[in-house]
Amino acid sequence: MAYLARFWDSTIGKKSAEAMHDYATLLRTSMPVLWGARIALIGAVVLHAVAALQLTQRSNAARPQAYAKKAPQVTTFAAKTIRYGGVLLLAFIVFHILHMTLGVVAAPGFVHLDPYNNVRQGLANPLVAGFYLLAMAALGLHLYHGTWAVFRTLGVARPSPTPLKRRLAVALAAIVVLGFAAIPLGALAGAFTEQPSPVTAEGH
Amino acid sequence: MRLTLHVWRQSGPSTPGKLETYPIDGVDADMSFLEMFDMLNEQLTLEGKEPVAFAHDCREGICGSCNMMISGQAHGPWKGATTCQLHMRAFKDGDEIWVEPWRAKAFPMVKDLVVDRSAFDRIIQAGGYISVNTGGARDANEILIGKEVVDESMDAAACIGCGACVAACPNASASLFTGAKITHLGLLPQGQPERDRRALAMVEQMDLEGFGHCTLTGECQEACPKEISIDVIKRMNRDYAVAAARYVEPKETAGAG
Ligand code: HEM
Ligand code: SF4
Ligand code: FES
Repeated sequence: MAYLARFWDSTIGKKSAEAMHDYATLLRTSMPVLWGARIALIGAVVLHAVAALQLTQRSNAARPQAYAKKAPQVTTFAAKTIRYGGVLLLAFIVFHILHMTLGVVAAPGFVHLDPYNNVRQGLANPLVAGFYLLAMAALGLHLYHGTWAVFRTLGVARPSPTPLKRRLAVALAAIVVLGFAAIPLGALAGAFTEQPSPVTAEGH
Repeated sequence: MRLTLHVWRQSGPSTPGKLETYPIDGVDADMSFLEMFDMLNEQLTLEGKEPVAFAHDCREGICGSCNMMISGQAHGPWKGATTCQLHMRAFKDGDEIWVEPWRAKAFPMVKDLVVDRSAFDRIIQAGGYISVNTGGARDANEILIGKEVVDESMDAAACIGCGACVAACPNASASLFTGAKITHLGLLPQGQPERDRRALAMVEQMDLEGFGHCTLTGECQEACPKEISIDVIKRMNRDYAVAAARYVEPKETAGAG
């Protein structure tokens, strides 16, 4: 354990600030690729949100009168909350860009191209880190339902005697959520130590 | 046993309805749910009240007309059973039971527990058939079909068109019903010539009728008295996608058909 902590402090701890800076610089030196990806992702989110809104309206219109008593049998929590979770994710995406990309909201000491320290300081506020964790929980639920549903929507899943089972979706949701949640959790646990900014060090 | 029923009463499509509460005593555990309703209606008639309108026909689980939302579950608590197959031993003395009609814009209210399911007929008319040329009857086993294919097709063909899938779906989607028809016909050799046209026409008719979309909650499969699998929805989606990509409307031919 102590060895791991030391390893983390000495090697990765130091390297990561530089590695993240290198990564940021790499992104910025490939601007056409970066903007291509950004436009594609934003476009996908917008299309997805518009489709979700239209379908929700359609669904509400399809049952104008609600049941006095309704006892859902197999609907998962994820399926029931997917619309709220989706709205939360949209809010998160906007916040995340304002926070970590533009550095205009809740980002004390934001330095362009120094993502290590931006993450360290940006997530030092437990409220902000908590919001990141909440959004990751919503993402997990979204993926738990979505990655299972999408193969059926597209009609490519294989027939199954238990079509509601979803091992792959569970695994994917768990890996993605635990992976992303590790960052705000790490920040809350104080794993991001202060590092000299590579931006100033290199004289940018 | 003694029960308390909360039954939806609505005298017509344009009058507002509400839940009425009726106590009922002397219900036998061996009665079917519909027999219990017959008893209720006799009681109401003797009291000089209007009996509850509910649809029923075969009373053996094959016609699909005895539709009731029973305490929030389509066809009540038994799996793989219609309301007429549900027996009162599913309940116990003192139970309160809520009975409502199917609720969907595409199933307009007629009266009390009766709704109009002709939207399903129009979906069938749009493509739920195969065309067979007239002539001498053909040999029954002329076309050999593998057992797995027959089984899958027959499982889907078990759909009785009751609408429980729509009733149970949080989006009031008719995907299980439409998927069952598309699967049943689309799996067999006889269903191939019209397969693309069928998938397009039936799905589009389903949307036109004002049913909601499928979000794969699985409630339909759970409510279906014939236990039809949501795999039929996946098959409908694939058939629709393939047909949309490759199907070209045939040119109108001139002259009297
Ligand atoms: C912009 C905010 C978002 C909203 C409002 C939203 C809303 C929705 C809704 C209502 C559904 C329908 C689910 C169903 O079938 O019941 C859905 C499905 C889905 N969402 Fe989102 N979502 C959002 C963001 C995201 C993000 C960021 C991702 C990916 C990381 C994502 C991935 C998916 C997937 C894979 C599906 C399944 C699609 C399918 O069933 O065919 N969504 N979303
Ligand atoms: S699929 Fe099942 S629930 Fe839906 S109409 Fe057919 S028999 Fe009824
Ligand atoms: S009365 Fe025919 S299925 Fe119930």
